Amino acid sequence: MSRVLIVGEHASGRLNASTAKCVTCAAAIPGAELAIALFGDDTAAPATDAARLAGVARVLRFDHAANTHALAAVIAPQVAAIAADFTHVLGPSTTFGKDLMPRVAALIGVTQVSDIMAVESASRFRRPVYAGNAILTVEITAGRKVVATVRTASFEAAPSSGSAVVESRKVEASIPTHTRFVSLSSADAGRPDLQSARIVLSGGRALGSSDNFKLLYSIADKLGAAVGASRAAVDAGYAANDMQVGQTGKIIAPDLYIAVGISGAIQHLTGIKDARTIVAINKDSEAPIFEIADYGLVGDLFTVLPELEKLLS
Amino acid sequence: MSKVMVCIKRVVDYNVRVRVKPDGSGVITDGVKMSINPFDEIALEEALRMRERGAATEVVAVSIGPADAQQQLRTALAMGADRAVLVQNDGAIEPLTAARIFLKLVEKEAPGLVILGKQAIDDDNNQTGQMLAALWNRPQATFASKVELDGKVARVTREVDAGLETLEVDLPAVLTTDLRLNEPRYVKLPDIMKAKKKPLDTVTLESLGVTPTNDVKVLRTDSPPQRQKGVLVKSAAELVEALRKKGLVA
Repeated sequence: MSRVLIVGEHASGRLNASTAKCVTCAAAIPGAELAIALFGDDTAAPATDAARLAGVARVLRFDHAANTHALAAVIAPQVAAIAADFTHVLGPSTTFGKDLMPRVAALIGVTQVSDIMAVESASRFRRPVYAGNAILTVEITAGRKVVATVRTASFEAAPSSGSAVVESRKVEASIPTHTRFVSLSSADAGRPDLQSARIVLSGGRALGSSDNFKLLYSIADKLGAAVGASRAAVDAGYAANDMQVGQTGKIIAPDLYIAVGISGAIQHLTGIKDARTIVAINKDSEAPIFEIADYGLVGDLFTVLPELEKLLS
Repeated sequence: MSKVMVCIKRVVDYNVRVRVKPDGSGVITDGVKMSINPFDEIALEEALRMRERGAATEVVAVSIGPADAQQQLRTALAMGADRAVLVQNDGAIEPLTAARIFLKLVEKEAPGLVILGKQAIDDDNNQTGQMLAALWNRPQATFASKVELDGKVARVTREVDAGLETLEVDLPAVLTTDLRLNEPRYVKLPDIMKAKKKPLDTVTLESLGVTPTNDVKVLRTDSPPQRQKGVLVKSAAELVEALRKKGLVA
């Protein structure tokens, strides 16, 4: 039997959607018994969310002042210390999990499986390499603990229909003081999060200025959509870093993705290819984005966007 | 700070369209252009800028790979690294083994800072820097987009999903670079000539006393499923109608 520990991600008293996706991945491991560990100064609220996730047996709270900010150097020794009770330790492939989980794996003494996109057995997984241009099937050597990150775009969120036991725990681990949190500046403007939004509208370099991104924002507000950007648009300074969609930015899987003025570089396509429906609006009919779009519209975005806004009002 | 160590990986150039071998045994690398992993190039550039503004005295570029990885180390020397070390090994190296090797080099070199790319663009593992920091029992600041050195500490701005996070870490520490940390310089021809005279040492895995791990065995390599090309619509009205029909927009 597999005993799977998921390191939950949370912020501002809310469980991040990435955790529910890790639960779906973990539940695909045959015979898995699932526990979620939460590290924070007060995890009562996210623990309530976590306990509702279907398939989870236990939620373990590790509340400690040192855990206020999710510092990998602080949390990793605690995860490693409790890992002995589990066959698998999973975290999300978000910047939280990517930062933390390899540090956990090294302390345990195993190589990590990065970005699980499919579970074939308790020890066999599929993961993308070369920016998604090749897919590996990998097997963990028998008897080794599995430490892995989960590619959240590959899994649906587990439904909130469960009722797990919540336990407050303490762990013996030496917590370093060499790493200190200073600040977090967020570009959040009250819009849905890119990684959990049902609809995402992204702009490319063809938008021409940060001011023109307002065209996207006003449509996004009508659709309840998140706004993303291509790497070219971010590099040109039209959009904030945390809006970048693609292999080197955020990998997303919304129900509807609308790419506006984005030609479709490989690294961008890698970040969106799990979207259910892709729409491309571009004036270049040869743009590679049209090769993968479900609906393509060849036209000038400065004409199309105002029309769209009117039609959606 | 005296020394910055930069870890460099030889990878398939990022402009190459990678193809999977028909028998599923890997990707085609024969005759394919190889380069320094782009994130590692950013790591090297950051180290060179530290030395140029007097915050570091020496930049050492290190790599693990086949004899041909000397080419990438020569490029690193041409960019401005003072010397280079190649840990020569022909087989595949897992991130944990790479971290153990780099730890051996760290013990020898005693750098004030180790900088690596956040991930290599071949295996996309994103593990080695974090693992080195864990084994070394030192701070890590991953996905760095800005680094300020101030005596015995570094203030590092990190690109995280929620925005930009700033950490303060005691030195020595491990940094991994994100795309926007800097733009690496171009190598000039005279620098390529000069780089030929710079020291490049080669050591073996055995001499470092590291035994490679084999925790994650690759069974098969497949091409990803392709999305099918869809339909072209003629107008915004037609597009909205199609999306409404599928229940995607109200």
